[in-house]
Amino acid sequence: MTPHSSAAPSGAVRAHDARPAPAGAAHEATPPAGTAGSPMIDGTTGRPAKTAPARRARRLPLPGGLFAALPLFLVIGLAFGLPALAMTDGAFTLADGSYGLDNLSRSVDGAYRTALLGSIELSALTAAGGTLFGLLLAQAVVSSRGRALREAVLTASGVLANFGGVPLAFAFVATLGNAGVLTTSLGLGDHGWSLYSFWGLALTYLYFLVPLMVLTVAPALDGLRVQWREAARDCGASARQYWRHVGLPVLLPSLLGGFVLLFGSAFAAYATAAAMVGSSVPLVTLQIADALSGNVLVGQENVALALSLDMVVVAALVMAVHLPLQRRSTRWLA
Amino acid sequence: MARLGRPLVLLLAGIYFLVPLLASTVFTVNIPGQGVTLSSYTRIFTAPGFTGSLLLSLGLAAATVALVLLITVPAAVAARLSAPRLRPVLEVVCTLPLVVPPVALTAGLGTVLRWGPEKLSTTPLYQTFVAVQNPDFPLVLVLAYAVMALPFVYRALDAGLRSVDVRTLVEAARDCGASWPRALVSAVLPNLRGTLLNASFLTLALVLGEFTVASLLGFRPFAVWMVQASGSDARLSVAVSLLSLLLTWVLLLALTTVGNRRRTPRSSRTFEVPAASQGKTSR
Repeated sequence: MTPHSSAAPSGAVRAHDARPAPAGAAHEATPPAGTAGSPMIDGTTGRPAKTAPARRARRLPLPGGLFAALPLFLVIGLAFGLPALAMTDGAFTLADGSYGLDNLSRSVDGAYRTALLGSIELSALTAAGGTLFGLLLAQAVVSSRGRALREAVLTASGVLANFGGVPLAFAFVATLGNAGVLTTSLGLGDHGWSLYSFWGLALTYLYFLVPLMVLTVAPALDGLRVQWREAARDCGASARQYWRHVGLPVLLPSLLGGFVLLFGSAFAAYATAAAMVGSSVPLVTLQIADALSGNVLVGQENVALALSLDMVVVAALVMAVHLPLQRRSTRWLA
Repeated sequence: MARLGRPLVLLLAGIYFLVPLLASTVFTVNIPGQGVTLSSYTRIFTAPGFTGSLLLSLGLAAATVALVLLITVPAAVAARLSAPRLRPVLEVVCTLPLVVPPVALTAGLGTVLRWGPEKLSTTPLYQTFVAVQNPDFPLVLVLAYAVMALPFVYRALDAGLRSVDVRTLVEAARDCGASWPRALVSAVLPNLRGTLLNASFLTLALVLGEFTVASLLGFRPFAVWMVQASGSDARLSVAVSLLSLLLTWVLLLALTTVGNRRRTPRSSRTFEVPAASQGKTSR
């Protein structure tokens, strides 16, 4: 493993992460070089390592480095591993106690299929909308000269990206619900508006997805160097050509990574939908919740577990796309 | 972007993001037939269940923050200092919870909890199952929240550790005769104060707003109470929503101020958003 790959930024704290100045990167490269290199030198030559970092590394071992991580693994195993196993086991266990694929095939059939597709459709749509509006808003803010505006929008995004769940649902119900302020004052109900629908939910989801995208893409936009634009212009490129050949290719990993992140967030969302629409919009999270709270026949519990497994598969795909892209997006921006 | 584009985008965004907040405020203070009154807000503190559920949520939050820091800090520091091979493992393990949405995690947890009465009722373990589900203080929620917070906390911590020369700090402390625990507590942790605050805030925000796991397992912390209360008093629940948003805002601003003060001038440009990051906390 090269020192650099071990030092690859992996942070969720993207706004902070994506812009560590070269100074930080240079500083970062040294300690892993020492730690990764020294055991190899020692092991192959059998001689005491000569470099200073290597000597340090030998003197420092924390008694039981793995021991320090034991509590973490214990909690993860207990509160995550065990439920995950139970879920997988239940998803494959049939009513008569034997193993089979019946639950899984039922989980992608009939009403459950509708719910899964509904969730995917809603998530894809809101993620696309969030990506587009988030990019536009971030670009508008980043390219503006006023620092106050920039700080205000980024702080607000930080808050609003976390303004999910129940409070968000209530704010939208108060605004656009049946008795909402806008609905009554503008007479929206007469025009067929209903918040408790697919589009109402989409509009609500954008309220946290757009800020999330702003936070994701703002560092990348910051990383577009003025010099690149100037160089392109000096070579005779139009603004359009600059975006087509320089801007977008550099932004693309961030945009794609942001898109799947938004998709994952919308896909996993439950509280907002539950507090707002009850179960009038078919979503997989609502279906699972229904089955878990015993609103359906006994024996459906294992179908709920199978549905959960479906969700895990989708979420795993999302992460499998997102994490490499996130690493890649830092390449040009470091 | 075209010259007209930017103001238009900002205007639309301003409308979209401000109108629900303003409308909600109007909704809570303007009651048809009574005119403008603050009664929705004054009622909050006497509403049945408010104090109990809020205290439960705060207790859960404190316990989760303590637990999650207690398990991640030693592991992350150890990975940094003496077990570099631990680091990729930690990274994978701490990313895993992102792959399992809260609803799915709850489905699994519920299954495990049912083993208690079904399979283990004759063993001493049964008492443990009962104890972790004590409705006055459900430990199972603390465990679940710790798992859910882990990815964010670990990443915040990892980024924080990267900006501190832990090795030199520990070495200096050790050379001065400090024991291992003392070197960690009095040399490393003070340098990570901003990071720890950040991580604690993330966890706090997650736990205070968490609805999914708690409601599906049948417990009644703050967010669940809000939904139950909304059935009988919609204005009250909207008022509480607005207050909780305000509280998040204040906490975040406080944290940003603390963070900025502690940083070098360079960071005034790289705005740090503590809570934001993955953002999928509580929905």
